[in-house]
Amino acid sequence: MAAPKRSAGPTRRALQRFVRNRAALAGLALLVPLLLLVASYPLWLSYGPNSVDLLARNAPPGMRHLLGTDGVGRDVLARLMQGGRTSLTVASLSVSISLAIGFLVGALAAFGGRWSDAASMRFVDLAMTLPPVILLLVLASITGTGLWPTVWVIALLSWPVLARMVRARLLEVRERDFVVAARGMGAGVFHLLFRHGLPNSVDILVVYATLQIANAILLEAGLSFLGLGIPPPEASWGNMMNAAQSTVVLEHYVWLWMCPGAALVLAVLAINFVGDGLRDAFDPRSGLN
Amino acid sequence: MTSPLLSVRGLAKHYGAGARRLRIVDDISFDIGTGEVVGLVGESGSGKTTIARAALRLIEPTAGSVVFDGTELTTLGPAAMRRMRARMQYVFQDPYASLSPRMTVGEILTEGLRIQGIGPQAARMERARTALIQVEMPPDALDRYAHEFSGGQRQRIGIARALALAPALLVADEPVSALDVSIQAQVINLLRDLQRRLGLSMLFISHDLAVVEYLCDRVIVLYLGRIMEMASSETLYATPAHPYTSALLAAVPHPDPAQRGRRTPLQGDVPSAAAPPSGCVFRTRCPHALPTCAATVPPLRELSPGHWKACIRDDLPQPATP
Repeated sequence: MAAPKRSAGPTRRALQRFVRNRAALAGLALLVPLLLLVASYPLWLSYGPNSVDLLARNAPPGMRHLLGTDGVGRDVLARLMQGGRTSLTVASLSVSISLAIGFLVGALAAFGGRWSDAASMRFVDLAMTLPPVILLLVLASITGTGLWPTVWVIALLSWPVLARMVRARLLEVRERDFVVAARGMGAGVFHLLFRHGLPNSVDILVVYATLQIANAILLEAGLSFLGLGIPPPEASWGNMMNAAQSTVVLEHYVWLWMCPGAALVLAVLAINFVGDGLRDAFDPRSGLN
Repeated sequence: MTSPLLSVRGLAKHYGAGARRLRIVDDISFDIGTGEVVGLVGESGSGKTTIARAALRLIEPTAGSVVFDGTELTTLGPAAMRRMRARMQYVFQDPYASLSPRMTVGEILTEGLRIQGIGPQAARMERARTALIQVEMPPDALDRYAHEFSGGQRQRIGIARALALAPALLVADEPVSALDVSIQAQVINLLRDLQRRLGLSMLFISHDLAVVEYLCDRVIVLYLGRIMEMASSETLYATPAHPYTSALLAAVPHPDPAQRGRRTPLQGDVPSAAAPPSGCVFRTRCPHALPTCAATVPPLRELSPGHWKACIRDDLPQPATP
């Protein structure tokens, strides 16, 4: 047997397990086209998200407007696509921020000594005891509406759980022999953290990120639905569903809220499948029981 | 002896405080000369690993002084300590836990050089290749991951990692006790050859007295975190002075039943470090204990040049050793 030039590392073996997972592949099969459509919609759709067709207000789905129009004649499909961009942007930005905060706070707790551990973990306790919905509303009313405030509100709400998981993992990694060996070779905190801590936390980070993106999409939708997230006329899945607060829309113009609702459900479901698949792929033991 | 490479004085590691203080190791003093191999033997839990790690400051000692090549380590600043670490390397007991699963062998072997800021990448890889050849591994292992190797091969990689930094002192913490018996001899011989060829000083931790006799110039016998006896290998194995050493030597299996000495196995278990016996810690299991043994901790006394023991009884008959 000819030995390969560079043999499969743990990440590649995890990916090999991932592609054997049917539910995860189904999630991916749903997610990838969705992302492609959302990213490319100006190329194949002649309507803009805010272009008004006054001749077709509240038009039901048909040949001219595939998913109909809203009360001022804006194309629902175009708004759905633009809303997808907004929702996914908010979700990925907020998750990136909460990943960074969560990892750094977890690292501070695990590597910073007893006092910084106690201080940061009590802070995490505090952040976790605050009721999320109320915190969300208070934060949102302080920061105001818009893309970046929404990103920060969601990020600040979601990092504590990750910080806990990262701390637990790093405390364990810190005592592993190969990390003691690195310390014995003179490694400083940064080397230990980024050459050993981070690579050995990649699994929880990836799984957290995917599951948290789904969560962030829902939070953004919830905030926007309440009028505290992305303000109109900018489209987001949440503020599109805001239209359903009117009973007329709820009963007679179902395409206005069903379309963003369906997009939301499908996207979240697909991302969750992918996240579950990644978790199983990174932890081969989880599939055994 | 001229000034030793490593000089440990009064080293202690305690955990907790007040009444619940655990004295894991206490009042440990020994030297390792340049090119000398010192064995550290004792039962599980006797503090062998703690002593080794505290001496290298991988854990902070509670008390005591460690002088390495003229430099006091316990008060050294972090940056100076990190530079110093290149000269003292550690080989771990478990070859499965001591190599990162996320690094190739090449990355593992060059890690120390990268940390110490030695050389460009090409020069580091060259040193890694040299280290692999030193431990008799094929150089094409550099691109593979540690999990692709057997326990014995992994331990060789662990030794190569330590050697890549060209240390003066190697601490080998039970380097073969996790390996198959058939592999143990190979790794022991490899360590001995390397030690002789490179003139390494070595602290060799083991509970296998036969291996220690084969490999070590001097032996330290440990019981419950205290030194019981310390002597050159020849002296210790020929004329053990401490009852604990005698009991250990009597317990070594001998291939020829006719040669086997009369065994007087020790009774009972090692006492808990949380509640060590007063006076001599070994007295609860010592066949020769006297009431006075409970009164004071017996100091380490030099019986003859280089032969130390911590026992008040000098009137014991020499046991017949095979």
